[in-house]
Order: sequence, then structure tokens, then C-alpha cells
Amino acid sequence: MAKAVTTRPTQDTHLLTMYRQLVRMRVFEERVRDVYFAALMPGLAHVYLGQEAVAVGVTEALREDDYVTSTHRGHGHVLAKGGDPKLMMAEIMGREAGYCKGKGGSMHIADLSLGIIGANGIVGAGIPIAAGAGLWMKMRGGDSVVACFFGDAASNQGAFHEGINLAALWDLPVVFVCENNLYGISVRQNRHQKIVDIADRAIGYGIPGEVVDGMDVSAVYDAAKRAVERARKGLGPSLIECKTYRWMGHHAGDPARYRPEGELDAWKERCPVKLCRSILISDGILTEDEDARIQAEVESEMREAEEWAAAQPFPAPERALEDLYA
Amino acid sequence: MLKNLTQAEALREALVEEMRADSRVFVMGEDVGPHGGIFTVTKGMWEEFGDERVRDTPISEAGFVGAALGAALVGGRPIAELMFGDFAAVAMDQIVNQIAKARYMSGGKAIAPLVLRMTIGARGATAAQHSQSPHAWMVHTPGLYVVAPSNPADCKGLLKTAIRDDNPVIFCEHKKLYFEGGPVPEGEHTVPFGVADIKREGRHVTVVAISYMVHKALAAAEKLAEEGIECEVIDPRTLVPMDWQTVYNSVKKTGRAVVIDEGHLTAGVAGEIAARIGKECFDYLDAPVERVCTTDTPIPFSPQMEEFVIPQVEDAIAGIRTVLA
Repeated sequence: MAKAVTTRPTQDTHLLTMYRQLVRMRVFEERVRDVYFAALMPGLAHVYLGQEAVAVGVTEALREDDYVTSTHRGHGHVLAKGGDPKLMMAEIMGREAGYCKGKGGSMHIADLSLGIIGANGIVGAGIPIAAGAGLWMKMRGGDSVVACFFGDAASNQGAFHEGINLAALWDLPVVFVCENNLYGISVRQNRHQKIVDIADRAIGYGIPGEVVDGMDVSAVYDAAKRAVERARKGLGPSLIECKTYRWMGHHAGDPARYRPEGELDAWKERCPVKLCRSILISDGILTEDEDARIQAEVESEMREAEEWAAAQPFPAPERALEDLYA
Repeated sequence: MLKNLTQAEALREALVEEMRADSRVFVMGEDVGPHGGIFTVTKGMWEEFGDERVRDTPISEAGFVGAALGAALVGGRPIAELMFGDFAAVAMDQIVNQIAKARYMSGGKAIAPLVLRMTIGARGATAAQHSQSPHAWMVHTPGLYVVAPSNPADCKGLLKTAIRDDNPVIFCEHKKLYFEGGPVPEGEHTVPFGVADIKREGRHVTVVAISYMVHKALAAAEKLAEEGIECEVIDPRTLVPMDWQTVYNSVKKTGRAVVIDEGHLTAGVAGEIAARIGKECFDYLDAPVERVCTTDTPIPFSPQMEEFVIPQVEDAIAGIRTVLA
């Protein structure tokens, strides 16, 4: 499959909208990280720091009536698809007011009304589910599409093969987005698969595969837009591989000592937020003052979300017995 | 009006009627299309509903079972068919971690209205990977309804209820019953979940039997009746939800209970039923509850061995005699 040259279109409003989302994601996840270290949340926090351009670029190519399936590292996808940071933070903190009444937590935030089919604690499991959602989109008519996020390690699961095969076979409107952050927990990509470009696997399913710079939000958006348009026209799924990197370990508490010296710093040079900002500023779309204002607004939004969530009550324990059957 | 249908025909009637009534309902699975399914359940349906709604899938159980969930979460009402219940193991992540938990993990926001039809039971020497009765796997997974009918009328009525229900339903169909006939009400006929059927009344011993084992239990009861032993045979019909009250009421009357199940003995549905009877009817019991189940071995190929490991009428009789001794 041909690999796209990563381009750098500078559509002002789009890029500015995407920049704001990048900043929101960055600030939200920094707060989640701090909440984790302050022991204000139970469980683990698989933070999205470093990968923001993927969720933002892909979701920018979607409409409100499109769907996403997410992963254990899913806060970015949920936020990008319109998730309310207050309800997200409350869920992450295990509160009654959270998206899932404290029953899902960080790894399982879902809001069908926003098209968020659900994050998933099982690596790769969302891929057949996305195919099925795409199947129903196609059967019911209309032109909604499904974006399916998963990581490099998920591409070794049987569910990856089965889900993409079905979507390809039936020309389903699904965009498969591989966030290749180079690690499946502690195992580096070169130690978990023979190939370098996961997009190469697309050829095995007879669908287009494309590698994009996952740190460049415009490149991700462009690739996603092509894939989404293709899906909307009924031409079937695509596989986009976004080369990216996670700033933290598998979760916030993982010191990630398995990473070679200097690797993180090299990737941070290509920070998706900084990259987007420097383009906006050099193209004269954003001033330093405007940027400071965006930062302040987002900081305040996320601080409020955290404070609101922290003030919410925990669920009564016996509510664990509810919500099992409709 | 009643008419005589086989289990396969009764199931087909339920599918066809529900698909005509609700355009969101569709079926998918291996060989369900032009072939009509290896047990003929979907025979002729592809001709009426076409490729889209009677959808052949690749041999890809995790894929199409997961796809059924995806479709259900966004508005479809899929019915996926697992040709053999044994293949549920291939799709187990989707069943256990995804389908069963979709609603609960979302705090009750999501619904997953899908039916997973799967065959159970030993028939025709198909050996260890095509003969299992794995309903206990499903019963052990909160979030699923589990249905195991024993006759064509219940097959039709329960399948219609399953399709209309907003919860995921595992619908267990015994292979030995597909071509057995029975009276089935024409047109609208539904059977509610959680209502057991007392197949035969009796005062000496309660026999709870699941799926095909209902027929073995009734045959055993018939023989024992010649000796004046009156068995009360209960078909729970749905394992989740289970009609415990009907079971307890019967045991409180008879004071003795036997559970017959084609699942394996250890940690199976029969064990759960026995434990609950033991607790809820303790003061009424005159003997420990007896389980008559498949041995804790894989199902062997050779018919002589297959028959040996699976409960037969003689095993049912022996179990009943044990609690009467």
C-alpha cells in the first residue's frame, strides 16, 4: 500500500479548533496524572499524554452522529468526541455522578448519546465491536461512520484480524486507527512484531493502509478525512497507523525503565501541542497573548472539572447491585 | 390453533415472525444464508430476507459475536448463531468481557439487545469439541440471560421473548431436539423468562431437568410410576433468570430433589440448584439433593463411551432411587 506523504495544511480555523482540543487533552491528562499521584482516584490511570494529536485529528474529521470505540487509554478519545470533563473526572474518581456512576472507571467511559460506544480494558476487543457498529450504520442507511482506536499491541490480537476482515469483506464504514506508541505495556514494538509499519497489514485485508505522523495533528486530520470520506461513500474501511509516543509508562505509576535512554526526550521534541502551536504562531493565526488566554481558559475549565468531581459523593456500596439488566 | 412443528421449524417461525415485524432484527452466523444452517433453522429465510438480514459470516466467531454487540449498542437487534456451543470458547472475550458487561460498565446507559443462539448437547458422535453443554459458562457470567428450552413450543415462545428483550440472551438449543416434533401455537406466542414449567406433577420426589434432560426425566418418571413412585418433573426453561420459587415449592412438598443436567458435574448449574435447595428447603429435605450430570471428562467419540458419560434414563432412575432410599 502506498504511504502518504505527511502534509501540513494550515487551515486556520480548523487548526485553531484542533489546537484548543490538544491543549484541553493535555491539561486534562496532566490533572489525571496528578490526581493519581495524590491518591485521589482508585485504580490506574493510563494517561494519553503525548498522543493527543491522534484523537484530535481523527475526531475533527468526524460528525456528531459518527461513533468511536476507544481503548484503556481512552480519555483523549472521549474528550475529543465531546465528553464532559466533569463527568469524566467524576468517573475516574469513582463517584456516583460520573459517566458510569462509578461502575466503569478510567478504562470504561461510555456515552452513547455522544457516539462514544465505550472504552475497553481488553486490548483489541473494540475492533470487532466497531465493525458491528459499522455494520448497523450500513444496514440502517445514512452515512455515519465509526472510528476505531487501538494500539500497536492490539494489532497482534485475533480480534484485530477478525474485526478488520469483517469490515473489509462487507465494505463497512469504519476507520481503523492504530495509535502506534511503540509499546505494549513494557514490550517495545520491535520485540512484539516483525513488521515496522502496522499499516502494511491493510494489504492482507484488501483495504487502504496509510502511515501518518501521529504527532502532527494536521497530518492525522488529513488522513482521517480521506478515510472518513471513503467510508461515508460506502467504499469500505481503511487502516491508518499514527506513529506516536506516550510520555508516561503504561499507566501513570509505571516508571517505564524499559525505555532506552533519550527516547522520550527525542519524542518530546516533537510534542504535538508544541508543534501545532509553533505552526499557528509562525503562520500568524495565533498570537502569544491569544495562546496564553486559551491556556488560562482550559486550565480553569479542567480545574473546575476536578474540583467539581472531587466534591461529588461516592456511590452507596449497594448500588453495585443495580444496572445489570435492562 | 396448534400445529405440529419440529424444534428447528418452531425456531424458524419465531425468527421469521420477528424479522417481519421489526426491521432492526437480523441474523448472522456460519452457513445461515443460502445453506439454511446445518440444523436447517434458517432454511428458506435467505430467500425471503436476503443477504443483508440473513448474513453468512466467515468462520470467525470472535469477530461476528463482537460485531453483534457493536450492532446492538447502536440500534440493531442482531441474532448471532454459534453453530456449536463449543465455539463460544473462541468468542469468549466478546461474550464474557464485552456483551455481558456492556450495560453494567456504562452505569446502565447502554443496552445490548442481542440473542446468541448456540447448540448444546451430544448428538451423532461429534466428540469433545462439538458435543459440550457449556451453559454453565454463561450462567456464571452476570449480565447474560440464559435460556434452555426442551420443546418446540417453548423454543418459539422463548425465542420471541429473547428477541424483544433489551438484554443479551444466550439461547441454548439441544441438537437432539431439532428434528423432534411437538404442538406449537400459531402466530403470536411468547413465553416469559423466569417461569418454570411443571411437566408432570408428583408427590414423592422433585426432578429438575434442563433442556433435553427433561425428556430423560419424564421417561424415568414414567417407569417409576409403574412402581407407584410419583415424580414431579420441573423444566426451568430459563436458567437466568431462574424460577426458584417453583422449585422450592415443589421440594417443600416432596422433601426430595434430583437435578439432571447434561453439563459436567463439577461447578455446574445442577450444583447451584442443589445448593440453593439445600439452603432454602433445608428443613423440608428428607435426603441430600442428588445431581445426575455428565461426568467430569470431555465427551468421547465412540458412541458407547458417549452414552456412558452422559446421563441416560437409567442414570436418572438411579439418582431418583438414591434420594428415595
